[in-house]
Amino acid sequence: MTTLLTQLNSDLGELADKVRRSLVQVAAGRRGSGSGVILTPDGLVATNAHVISGTRGRRPGRRLRITLPTGVVVEATSLTQDDELDVAILKLEGELPELQPIEFGDSKALRPGQWVMAMGYPWGVSGAVAGGIVIGAGPDLPEAPGAGRDWIAVDLALRPGHSGGPLVDDQGRLIGISTMMAGLEVGMAVPAHVIEELAKETIAAGHA
Amino acid sequence: MSAVLPDLSEALADAVAAAAHGLVRVEGRERLPATGIVWDAEGLIVTAHHVLEQDENIKVGFEDGETVTAEVVGRDPATDLALLRTSKRSSSVPEWADSETLRVGHMVLALGRPGTSVRATLGIVSALGKAWRTPAGGPVDRYLQTDTVMYPGFSGGPLVDAQGRFVGLNTSALLRSVSIAVPLPTLNRVVKELSEHGSVRRAYLGVGAQPARLPEAIAKELDQETGLLLVSVEQGSAAEVGGLFLGDTLVSLGGVPVRHLDDLFSSLDGGVIGQPIAARILRSGQLEELTVTPAAHP
Repeated sequence: MTTLLTQLNSDLGELADKVRRSLVQVAAGRRGSGSGVILTPDGLVATNAHVISGTRGRRPGRRLRITLPTGVVVEATSLTQDDELDVAILKLEGELPELQPIEFGDSKALRPGQWVMAMGYPWGVSGAVAGGIVIGAGPDLPEAPGAGRDWIAVDLALRPGHSGGPLVDDQGRLIGISTMMAGLEVGMAVPAHVIEELAKETIAAGHA
Repeated sequence: MSAVLPDLSEALADAVAAAAHGLVRVEGRERLPATGIVWDAEGLIVTAHHVLEQDENIKVGFEDGETVTAEVVGRDPATDLALLRTSKRSSSVPEWADSETLRVGHMVLALGRPGTSVRATLGIVSALGKAWRTPAGGPVDRYLQTDTVMYPGFSGGPLVDAQGRFVGLNTSALLRSVSIAVPLPTLNRVVKELSEHGSVRRAYLGVGAQPARLPEAIAKELDQETGLLLVSVEQGSAAEVGGLFLGDTLVSLGGVPVRHLDDLFSSLDGGVIGQPIAARILRSGQLEELTVTPAAHP
């Protein structure tokens, strides 16, 4: 029994270490900061649109500051910002160290009850994790915003600063990005397939 | 990495999938639907009383996608339970386990079906305790508190153990800010009463009472320190007909000592309605025995 729990804790620790290598902090001026996740080795990063909103339009060309897992701070620009989906695709710029992109999981095959972990910068705390399970996934969540859109509801506590951070499965594969709270103890995430699609469109448009 | 975490994740999802067949959606209010549990193969559904804000036009949605209308067999607001009858014969009656098998710290799942698909939250058993009485006076056979999150529409759904067995019915209405499950013995009792009588009957004596210390000699003789001093006796009530007077001190009912008001309430369950029972009282310093026949609670 004790051995089993020790093994479980060891698995959880390994998983957190693995995911942390693809986690970044996204700072958008004085508006506070959120989290992001590295998608490609050449520096595409996904985050929530609301994390960077206000940095385009009013101040065109303004750069975002991204803290990499190693602590190195680089600049980035926003290639795609979809406010309705609340997803943004960023491109890291300048001299980049070797990046560790996250592996994608299958967010269309989620089962209620399966284990998940959210990682981010809640209240600015670096690389903090929260664990829980999938409550439900898909468009059949009447309390979710945006009628008919896919969401993942998770039984874990998201906090300010988690936004844009990776939600992963028991193998550390990306299944969504933490987007908002639905009550104190329930989190809502945009599924990974929505992010993957937007990233592909961004690449196809020749931005990256 | 070992297989412990993936195995745990798979086992939790399997437990949810196995339990899903016994869960139905209950549409009995304007806002979000709630959850119900398939009680038997004959179409009975047990759910929470407070999620039924109407008595007519209640709909029940099953795992296979079929939605049928349901009639209310009965409600028990005191334990927040309600029983529905549908015309649908269901082969997916869930397996129940006695909550005696639970220990504080065990992993449990709370399930619901407020939409078409089943949803789950995870927690552990926080506290187990003895029988208790809800603020509305309903007796519950065991105190069962968990730290599971009651997601919107989860009331009326089951608490499920690690083996996927149902151990209680979750409701957010019995106590504020804690997740409470009503255990199987209470469900069995209330469902039986509701299907036989349409309500949970409680017996009624027609007295007002307060605990009072017994004289030392009597206390020693009965091995009982307190009784219930009658501060009112309703006209025409079972108590008055049986010969009880204002100022008598009730010390036992049906041979069971009555020390506090709770003892009186628990001796007045539906089974004693119309049954003559012995009432032992202290009057003018002497113990006497009368016979009372409790009526149904008005």
